[in-house]
Amino acid sequence: MKKKVLASVLAAVMIAGLTACGGQAAAPAPAPEAPAAEAPAKEEAEAPAEEAPAEEAPAAEEAGGLISVGFAQVGHESDWRTASTKSCQDVFSEANGYNLSFVDCDNDSAAQLEAVRSFIEQDVDYIIIDPIVSTGWDTVLGECEEAGIPVIVIDRTIDDSDKYVSWVGSDFLTEGKAAGEWLKAYAAKQGISEINYLIIQGTTGSSAQIGRTDGFREIAKAEGWNELDAQTGDFTEAGGQEVMESFCKSYAGKFNVVICENDNEAFGAMTAMDNAGVKYGPGNDVILISYDACTAGLKEVQAGKITADFECNPLAAPTVEKVIQTLQSGGTPEAQILVPDNWYALKDQIVDFSVDGNAQSMTEVTDAVIEAQY
Amino acid sequence: MNIKPWLQRIKKSQLLLPVVAMILVMAVNIIHDVATGAGAFSFFKITLQQTTSNGTILYGRIIDILNRGSEAALLALGMTLVVSASAGTDISVGSVMSLCASFCCMLLAGYGVSSTNDLAVPLAIGVIAGILMGCLCGAFNGLLVARLNIQPMVATLILYSAARAIGLLVCNDLIVYIRNDSFGFFGSFLGPIPTPIIITAICIAILALVLKKTALGMYIQSVGINARASRIAGLNSKMIIHLAYIICGLFAGIAGIVASSRITSADSNNIGLYLEMDAILAVALGGNSLGGGKFSLAGSIIGAYTIQAITTTLYALGVSTNQAPVFKAIIVILIVAIQAPPVKAYMRKRSLNKTSKGVA
Repeated sequence: MKKKVLASVLAAVMIAGLTACGGQAAAPAPAPEAPAAEAPAKEEAEAPAEEAPAEEAPAAEEAGGLISVGFAQVGHESDWRTASTKSCQDVFSEANGYNLSFVDCDNDSAAQLEAVRSFIEQDVDYIIIDPIVSTGWDTVLGECEEAGIPVIVIDRTIDDSDKYVSWVGSDFLTEGKAAGEWLKAYAAKQGISEINYLIIQGTTGSSAQIGRTDGFREIAKAEGWNELDAQTGDFTEAGGQEVMESFCKSYAGKFNVVICENDNEAFGAMTAMDNAGVKYGPGNDVILISYDACTAGLKEVQAGKITADFECNPLAAPTVEKVIQTLQSGGTPEAQILVPDNWYALKDQIVDFSVDGNAQSMTEVTDAVIEAQY
Repeated sequence: MNIKPWLQRIKKSQLLLPVVAMILVMAVNIIHDVATGAGAFSFFKITLQQTTSNGTILYGRIIDILNRGSEAALLALGMTLVVSASAGTDISVGSVMSLCASFCCMLLAGYGVSSTNDLAVPLAIGVIAGILMGCLCGAFNGLLVARLNIQPMVATLILYSAARAIGLLVCNDLIVYIRNDSFGFFGSFLGPIPTPIIITAICIAILALVLKKTALGMYIQSVGINARASRIAGLNSKMIIHLAYIICGLFAGIAGIVASSRITSADSNNIGLYLEMDAILAVALGGNSLGGGKFSLAGSIIGAYTIQAITTTLYALGVSTNQAPVFKAIIVILIVAIQAPPVKAYMRKRSLNKTSKGVA
């Protein structure tokens, strides 16, 4: 008797499992499932995700006038990512003439391939991918090509296929060079002749760490600046604190520039320098340079702690929209498009400089700028 | 004056190994300082430093080691008891730290708030709730290990993977910044001394006192040596193992509060990352057998600070800390080799030979 009950329960579970799997494959968008499963997380992202299925049904029937876009996002691991998602949802809204199918792939590359295939089944007009991994894309992009759907890659890169229209994103190397060129111009203005700098690097081997380090070093080498030390702080505040604590002892009184490869590291470095009695920021001995320019970072710029902050812009969507508009009108967009990054400082620290021959303009940090930042 | 018995005693002492390891690490610094002409003991120099925000503080690399090693030392305290009582390790402590920090910061900031200058609830409530969360996690681990007889590593693997994720959920996937000086106290300074050092010292003192004044220490060791025999002798083995895990969770909670107070935020993804490995290494480095039974709290504490000393040394030498695991690995190999039965047997044989020759 017991065995029979057990067997029937097992059978029921298996059937349920099968239908669940089948349902997922057939469903037009696995998208809402992922966020819905983590219901309490993220109010902002949740709302649009819930709307998605409701919008899709009529879109498939009518599609009248609306351009349908599928977006396979990496996940939701940071404030930066949240801003990127929100930017896409804002730009590709129904009010702007778009119908967006959004999939949060939760850092699962298999789920992302699945999402792209479901976009093909839905026969969307354009597909946007922020690739979780840089390889293994050729087959699925070939399928997109066969279906005649243009693919736009944003933020991260695809290395093993060129079957996409454009890549839109930030160039870390340019960010590093911009920091270097700014420092060169600022030092000239302040009459600082000798530069001894310390770098608190990001996670070793990450594209942001490599680009920002190499870009800055390129300028530093050309100018003959002296690099005292470079050590990784893993993009965390605790890391920045511990590294700077040690730097303050090893190079006491020897350094006049500290470069942190993201804002969190800069917060940590600030605490460590406070405790070592080192004065930093505009008007003081030590110039503190940071990257990312998130809201919290800009507040520290405004407070006169961070001398200059170099943005990595998460708002790729407006640029992507331009690409789509170009394609709509039959034009050919550029294969590689950089999202305009902003360089932030207070008024007295704003100087003119150029990167690779392109003149740059800096943004003054004000309450309005901080309010508008992600 | 006969120094032989003294040598013999030092040789037999469990603390020999951790102290030698510590001296080795320090020796590297002395050699480096001499080589760079900084003066032989510049690594050990402690001075008073005027700060921008905290008045005058104690300043020096030794203070850094004691300060930064606090979390590992706290975890090592609990880990020592767990290893001794259950002959297994609690690999969830790092994740539990993160969860406790996230829970505390969420209460202080209010759910869904990512940055705040004002506390939503009184500081004490947030901190105590965070620490209690640690006890709760410890109680859960203890339930699985002591009552359900699940292998410690498998049982704690559950919270190892889940606790950090729960922390992210609690914090709404955000880094919660508490920009309030009162919360920063646990990671900054009390007078000239870093608060984490004081907190750790108090924890060590209380635990040592409890183990010494009550029979708890002896109970834990006897359960670790032979749980069944202890039970027959009248000890409630399950309860004692359960208690060891709760104490371990308690210290993980305190460590979590300290770690998040240092950065006045709850960075769920990074707080306590890989720290469970340091705690286990500290216990092993302290000359404690990972097979349970007899333990030395002092050994584990010295072990924890030795691990931090390695990291601080690498900073001082200007070597990338990405290489730290290599040096830790070398130390582990040495410890494991020294404790291996064939090596022990060889050493015993050698000393026996010596004494017999001496008699003849």
